[in-house]
Amino acid sequence: MTFPLADLVTILPELIVVVAACLVLALEPITPPRRKDGLAWMSVAALTACFIVTASGMGDRVGAFGNLVVVDAYASFWKLLLYVVSGLTILLSIGYLKEERIDLAEFYGFLLLSLAGMMVMVSGADLLVIYLGTELMSIPLYILAGFKRFEARSIESSAKYFILGAFSSGLLLYGVSLIFGAAGSTRLADIAAAVAGRGLNDPLVLMAMMLLIVGFGFKVAAVPFHMWTPDVYQGAPTSVTAFMAVASKAASFGALLRVMLEGFGGVRSNWTGLILGLCLLTLMLGNLVAIVQTNVKRMLAYSSIAHAGYALIGLVVAGWVGTNAGTVSQGTSSMMLYLAVYALMTVGAFAVIAILRRGGVEGDDLDDLTGLARQHKGVALLMLLFMVSLAGIPPTAGFIGKLYLFMGAVNAGLTWLAVVGLLFAAVSAFYYLRVVMVMYMREPSPEQARATRLALSPTAVIVLAFAAAGVVIVGVYPGPLVAFTSSAALP
Amino acid sequence: MNVPVEYYMVLSGLVFLIGLVGVLVRTNLIIILLSIELMLNATNINFVAFSAHFGNLAGQVFVFFALTVAAAEVAVGLAIIIALYRHHASINVDDFRLLKW
Repeated sequence: MTFPLADLVTILPELIVVVAACLVLALEPITPPRRKDGLAWMSVAALTACFIVTASGMGDRVGAFGNLVVVDAYASFWKLLLYVVSGLTILLSIGYLKEERIDLAEFYGFLLLSLAGMMVMVSGADLLVIYLGTELMSIPLYILAGFKRFEARSIESSAKYFILGAFSSGLLLYGVSLIFGAAGSTRLADIAAAVAGRGLNDPLVLMAMMLLIVGFGFKVAAVPFHMWTPDVYQGAPTSVTAFMAVASKAASFGALLRVMLEGFGGVRSNWTGLILGLCLLTLMLGNLVAIVQTNVKRMLAYSSIAHAGYALIGLVVAGWVGTNAGTVSQGTSSMMLYLAVYALMTVGAFAVIAILRRGGVEGDDLDDLTGLARQHKGVALLMLLFMVSLAGIPPTAGFIGKLYLFMGAVNAGLTWLAVVGLLFAAVSAFYYLRVVMVMYMREPSPEQARATRLALSPTAVIVLAFAAAGVVIVGVYPGPLVAFTSSAALP
Repeated sequence: MNVPVEYYMVLSGLVFLIGLVGVLVRTNLIIILLSIELMLNATNINFVAFSAHFGNLAGQVFVFFALTVAAAEVAVGLAIIIALYRHHASINVDDFRLLKW
């Protein structure tokens, strides 16, 4: 069997990422320790090449391999976002891995493999391809979560992530097998035809849809499938946590949106109620439980659950009964905008935690931030910016993201949902601003002041500057990003 | 003799349920891993049965993909379990309390 060259050109970015990952893994053993940074820079170069290829090829929908994989503006948007997040994670990790004494270049290889899986997920137009993408994304992430292998916490988080990740993949795959029985194919287009013909009267379709929603619910950490998130995010190395919280969530949302709209679009009136329930539960539990957390990484984990709840508002709007094509694309584009904004501020917040050291270990407790503003004004100011943005206070990017989500909800006739979202945003301000309060209003004890140190490598400075600039620029001048997401939205 | 496809679906449903319940109630990590494998194999029964039912070879190809992915997953999973055992000298999920489960 042969493939036309055009198909390989279509998936060129995926090929670049996989080849770069294999090169990193192959060169790692023969690279002298002080030259390991070179492999990180090689990974960044590969990502830059992918960025150029994807950005220059943006446009019409192109299918490859008999339409198993499609590249359209929607997929390209997610890929560009994923390249940026992966690049920032690698830059952050260069200094962080040295600080934690785990500077093995395999890290970058696994990160790139995981990225390749995410790219397959957002490009897949066949459920089996999407499943393979989720597995390729998850398996390297299990390893990365346990990368601090001398630390029991990290291994434990890795084991928990593995068990629940494999469990959710099992549910997802069973859903795929049932839909194969109902439609005779796993292509999204064939599924749409079968769903349009028989609807949910076919128990196979109904079961399959539920299993797919549950499987993706685990991947995006929606309540009640979120229980792994806080443990895994707290135990994993901080740069990996940033990558999981942002990239794997974005890719899962990208795939979920495509499956629900292109595969199950015919029964959207049936699944929006279900997604709405998940959305409300997620908003409520994520925001309320975040209040009582004393560890910043764990608090950010609950905050990431809450943000998944906000992003689900976009899916509800896109599927809401009686909406016209305009609100569908408004729902998807506002979700894309929200996740892009969320990526910037979350990477920034985790970067601050990653560089903060307290007596040789990571300073990830809320107490470790005490009086940070006195010793390290710049970093405290950046953390303030990220927290304000996460809370959704203008003039930051977080405000713009929430504004467009709520506008979409109001246009779809879901004003009450926008009000609920707004109320929980007010709740979230409490725990985000508490971090600011601890940094600015509390006096550190002398021992504490002595033990605090910033492991600020030049590449971490780039990450912080990029995230902060992004949060401010999108906050005051959102036009270009908004136009970009609406042009790339699914119809 | 032709066995109707429904019989296979009942079988796969039962195997899947056994796996599902196993993951939820057992506390030994190896048993949980085996239960996850049961869930994946229930999927394979479905794929093969539907493939024969439709006279469509795609289902059998899917089984190869599912098997390969499951093998990769188990390789990583067992490595993680060994690393965990080195820290805790136990593979019982009730013993892992460093992070609130």
